[in-house]
Amino acid sequence: MLKHASLLAALLVPLSAHATDDEDLRAIRAELKQLKSHYEQRLNELEQRLQQAEARAQQLEAASPASPVVALPPPAAPVANENAFNPAVSLILAGSYGNLQRDPALPPTGFAMAAHTPPSQGFNLGESELGISASIDPQFRGVATMALAAAGGVTVENAYIDHSGLADGLNLRFGRFFSGLGYLNEVHAHAWDFVDQPLVYRSFWNNQLGEDGVQLKWLAPTDTFLELGAELGRGRGFPGSDRAKNGTGSSVVFAHLGDDFGSDHNWRLGASLHQTRRANAASSAVPDLLGTAGGVSNAFSGDSRTAGLDFVWKYAPNGNIADTNFKLQGEYFQRRESGLLTYDTLAANVTDSYAVSQSGWYLQGVWQFVPHWRAGLRYDQLAPDVAQVGALNATNVIANYGYTPRRSSVMLDYSPSEFSRLRLQLAQDQSRLGLPDNQLFIQYIMSLGAHGAHRF
Amino acid sequence: MRNLFAGLLFVAATLFAPAAYSLNLFACEPEWAALAQELGVPPANIYTATNAQQDPHRIEARPSLIARARRADLLVCTGAELELAWLPVVLRESGNVALTPGKPGHFEAASYVSMLEIPTRLDRADGDVHPGGNPHLQLDPRNFLPIAQALAQRLSELDPANAASYQQHQTVFRQNWQAAIARWERQAAPLRGVPVLVQHKAFPYLENWLGLKEIAALEPKPGLEPSAAHLSQLLAQLQQRPAKLLLRAAYQNPKPAEWMSQHAQLAVAVLPFTVGGNEAAKDLYGLFDDTVARLLTGLK
Repeated sequence: MLKHASLLAALLVPLSAHATDDEDLRAIRAELKQLKSHYEQRLNELEQRLQQAEARAQQLEAASPASPVVALPPPAAPVANENAFNPAVSLILAGSYGNLQRDPALPPTGFAMAAHTPPSQGFNLGESELGISASIDPQFRGVATMALAAAGGVTVENAYIDHSGLADGLNLRFGRFFSGLGYLNEVHAHAWDFVDQPLVYRSFWNNQLGEDGVQLKWLAPTDTFLELGAELGRGRGFPGSDRAKNGTGSSVVFAHLGDDFGSDHNWRLGASLHQTRRANAASSAVPDLLGTAGGVSNAFSGDSRTAGLDFVWKYAPNGNIADTNFKLQGEYFQRRESGLLTYDTLAANVTDSYAVSQSGWYLQGVWQFVPHWRAGLRYDQLAPDVAQVGALNATNVIANYGYTPRRSSVMLDYSPSEFSRLRLQLAQDQSRLGLPDNQLFIQYIMSLGAHGAHRF
Repeated sequence: MRNLFAGLLFVAATLFAPAAYSLNLFACEPEWAALAQELGVPPANIYTATNAQQDPHRIEARPSLIARARRADLLVCTGAELELAWLPVVLRESGNVALTPGKPGHFEAASYVSMLEIPTRLDRADGDVHPGGNPHLQLDPRNFLPIAQALAQRLSELDPANAASYQQHQTVFRQNWQAAIARWERQAAPLRGVPVLVQHKAFPYLENWLGLKEIAALEPKPGLEPSAAHLSQLLAQLQQRPAKLLLRAAYQNPKPAEWMSQHAQLAVAVLPFTVGGNEAAKDLYGLFDDTVARLLTGLK
């Protein structure tokens, strides 16, 4: 490099000093050209070497990433403060508006001696539900659900303990809980697909059977879901008569079977048996053969056995319920009651044998046709059956109502998020002979705080 | 007599010999099933609870999941509350004590990586936020290295008879995976700094890894469906700050992305999101091969 520079200088200096001939000039031009090309070549070489070095550095960087992959980061320590162990708290706020043509207090024809808690007319604050749950220790978990009634007052809906340390697929629950019979019985009101329960649930279980007692469930160690359960209880909820004696007032056994068909279809089948001894179960405003105005008050004592079958089938394309999904469910219950019926406890007071076998069923489908929007259709029906009435009461008690109570409901709901839902429901209620009723309901259900996982 | 003795010996041998791969694994998401396979757990012993076509936030505690959890020895899930809507019910109903949180049978991948998007305030007005951070951590391949290491350790602990196999598989996986990461990073170099739109905030780990710049999400809040109003507002915003690509996971509703793609002349990259998200994403390697390829195709 230095050699060329001195050569260049030596060549340039004399240029200005002396005049030279053409031949010399040409020679100098040629040499300069050669020099120029030489330098260009050197520069190119240098550039190439620099690029190679850069590429190598990048590769090295990629191979041994600056990314934190080598050491395991320590798991974040939970924040230690006084309320760190506070249980999960959830609050459901619900309310409805009902527009009915008939007084909802009238029970379905033939079911005046059954339970009846219908939704009411006008604006209603529904049950606000306060739920609290937490692990108690490694073995126990506690759950409490308090229903805050619109008129004031708090009722304990659920208050139970789950013992989960039994292993081998056993689950023990004790306290107050919704019985595991049927499919809808364990579903809390905020997760219902319609504003109200099917007629068969309203008349047979007073909407939902809650028990004080113990429940033991066992899950079979098979790939197909098979669950067996048994409950012993006080007989607190209808049709039990809230026994306050030693021993048990009611018992339930149930079995569930379920699986998938591919990834699109899931199903569950269930069968259940409920048994209770009813003692002096009073009912008022029961119509009689004499046509007593406003009905009479009766009392029944005897055995009540109810058998039920239920199924649910869910479909979602590829099992992705987020966009569209469909749910079809149906249940059937049959109740056989036999014992002694006292007719008109306030006046005539005639007691004789009484036996009846009543049944009811519903079938409903709910379709989410676009995200956040669902439509549902439900049909329900009851069968009052012909009662066997003892001779003493043959001219008092109505044995055969000769009517099939039925109802069709259609609903549309919109859920802006997982935590809120608005619903419109129309129903054509023909559950009462000669009193057809077109009903309209508007409902909101909002969930605040911890939102526990839902059952299938 | 000798036959009887031989018979007894055989019975004793079968009773006490370590059964080959006696472990049953319940994977909440397909990526963890795929990782377990890389670590040497035979596919026959792995049950995958969800598939790539399902929205992982919207899974139901269906009976088959409860039945499968009943006999599992190890549960491998993402954690960070991704499975909050169904896993607690499945675990309770299964009556399987071994899988309860805190037990060795309960493995959460989120415990072994640095979480992104940990919210500074928790309010449902912000949509479906996860207190532990964004749970879609499987889209940064670098996360699989510490998770694989921890999972191999956990497998060895629960199934000591096969510990050597798990560790060996882990070593091989580590080498191959590091080489693969280097390859993907080389291929994805043109993606650095590329502005993108996303349908759901499902890709922060992918963006963080490849240096993509997320401009906005089609969902107004996480978990809320994109509304027409929000989409048009976004479209106006794109005039100022244009994006080059729109990312959508295979399981997500295609309509909002299609609308935006038409109106903003944007290419949509439909990413597999997890193993099984499309034909090419057959395993973990396929998942990232395909993800990088689709991003690069979208950029052209």
